[in-house]
Amino acid sequence: MSPDVLIEVRGLRSVFGTQVVHDALDLDVRRGEILGVIGGSGAGKSVLLRSIVGLKDPDGGSVRFLGKDTTHLRAEDRRAIDRRIGVMFQDGALFSSLTVLENVELPLIESHHLPPDLVKDIALLKIALTGLPPDAAAKYPAQLSGGMRKRAGLARALALDPEILFLDEPTSGLDPVGAAAFDELISTLRNALNLTVFLVTHDLDSLYSICDRVAVLSDRHVVVADRVGAVENHPDPWIQACFRGPRARGARAHRPVPPTATAGAFDGNSR
Amino acid sequence: MAQAAAVGWTRTDGRATLTLAGDWTLANARDLAPAVVGAAAMRPGDRCLIDAYQLTALDTTGALLLLRVFGDLPPTLDAADVQGMNAADLALLRLVIARHGRTVPPQPVHASVSRLLERIGGAIVDAWHQARELLGFVGIMLATLGKVLSGHRRLRLTATVFHMEQTGLDAVPIVALLTFLVGAVVAFLGATVLRDFGAEVFTVELVSYSFLREFGVLLTAILIAGRSGSAFTAQIGSMKSREELDAIQALGLDPIELLVIPRLLALLVMLPALTFLGMLAGLFGGGIVGVLSLDFTPAMFIGRLHETTELRHFWVGMTKAPIFAFLIAAVGCLEGFKVEGSAESVGRHTTASVVQSIFLVIVFDAVFAMFFMELQV
Repeated sequence: MSPDVLIEVRGLRSVFGTQVVHDALDLDVRRGEILGVIGGSGAGKSVLLRSIVGLKDPDGGSVRFLGKDTTHLRAEDRRAIDRRIGVMFQDGALFSSLTVLENVELPLIESHHLPPDLVKDIALLKIALTGLPPDAAAKYPAQLSGGMRKRAGLARALALDPEILFLDEPTSGLDPVGAAAFDELISTLRNALNLTVFLVTHDLDSLYSICDRVAVLSDRHVVVADRVGAVENHPDPWIQACFRGPRARGARAHRPVPPTATAGAFDGNSR
Repeated sequence: MAQAAAVGWTRTDGRATLTLAGDWTLANARDLAPAVVGAAAMRPGDRCLIDAYQLTALDTTGALLLLRVFGDLPPTLDAADVQGMNAADLALLRLVIARHGRTVPPQPVHASVSRLLERIGGAIVDAWHQARELLGFVGIMLATLGKVLSGHRRLRLTATVFHMEQTGLDAVPIVALLTFLVGAVVAFLGATVLRDFGAEVFTVELVSYSFLREFGVLLTAILIAGRSGSAFTAQIGSMKSREELDAIQALGLDPIELLVIPRLLALLVMLPALTFLGMLAGLFGGGIVGVLSLDFTPAMFIGRLHETTELRHFWVGMTKAPIFAFLIAAVGCLEGFKVEGSAESVGRHTTASVVQSIFLVIVFDAVFAMFFMELQV
């Protein structure tokens, strides 16, 4: 295993009843990249994410995080790994009885014994990093718009300074402007915080604008994982339908320069 | 493994230099925080140099702690000021400086007399609004019911029968069992107290008066408020939160006619029926206790019941049943319509529905008791 591979999935099998979702699925996530995972509805993208972050036990195969098998861990070891992983769920999955600030503070309070004022400062910084308006910290999730809830969910995912960030459809349900801004935010944070990003998406614009590599999930396994330019020429029929379809034309048309890993992209001119 | 972090001031070439070492990360933040406070206290007034040659890792928490050394004035990060930091860490530090302090911390609300008065006032205004909403809703229900009965709107017979089964038939075992038990308890209590006066025989009146006039209908109504009123709120509330009510209206249909009237009619029929059942079960429970512990024969018990208990007591109880049914249906459905958005809201309104309907049932029962007393029935 090469040192720049952060997560290594080998022979993953997921079964629900009689329905086989994944079979012999292999996938590598490399350090520092933004990996976009795309696939048809029901192809098991979210299941793959849940299997990697440990919310679902695989029915076969292994998931290795930094060379260590994470599928059969004791609870303490699992928690140690969980703290190095940040997950943003589709609608933020914020705790509805807590304010945004308290949501972000919670993992900090639970896992590190820090002085309260430092916890608050860190949480406020994370909220600011995700581009939420200044007064959002005191609000409850129900008072936020969909896009703001996603940003707040991202702030909570970033609370423990994870090495790898899992995003489940970050741009779904956002308007095109909001979605583009969110893509830019992900790219900015990846560059500034040295993150690795695992991105489950339906959004071709995201694939073209921020992803370093794209993995296509189809027919129970990863058909191809490569740069988007290489993926779109793959002969698989689903890929052809997806990347040659009318919706892909627009996304390809404004393909920006590939995102660079240099610092300084945070000032918002990466697109 | 994380390397211990350290911070310290030195003076080289006449310039104050802040030396950073080790991992400035969240894992070290607990140990680093006091050191940072110490370093901040010793900060010289002049422009200084940050020496990061021994810095092995930096994350946002470390960057934040570094800012804390400089208190309220974030350092201007000209390249000359920071030495030995790699490009990625420098970018992170710049981002943190740019975003730090952008978010306003929420102001905690402190308890005070004015806050107490504010809450009391708010609660009173809320109660007034709720009463108005309930009256308005009762009006809408009556108007729609009138249209249905006069044939201007359709009666949803299938839905009505379905709700009669759910609220009535399915509730028979629990209503019968509970009223039976309470009947037995009342008889036992009466017998124990009355025996001291040699008046055990009045136990029959105690059970029959209390069950026919009060307990039969009150116990049944409270059970149904908890069982069916809450179900109405949860059903309509979850439809509201999934926008199904909006869909009904967008299709040109009337949610009151479709959802409320069948539930109202079902309760109007079934609550009196269950009340009747409850009265019988209560009398039966009292009778069992009488036979087993007071040496009555069943014939004596029934005979005394006939002699002493007039039919009007039964009617006093029964007239209250449809009123309670209306209250429970109105509160249950209205709370369902008040649900907004989240699943949490469904739970909150379901609780409110049960509390309100039981409250109203007991208040109305007290009003009726006074009313019938004045009428001397």
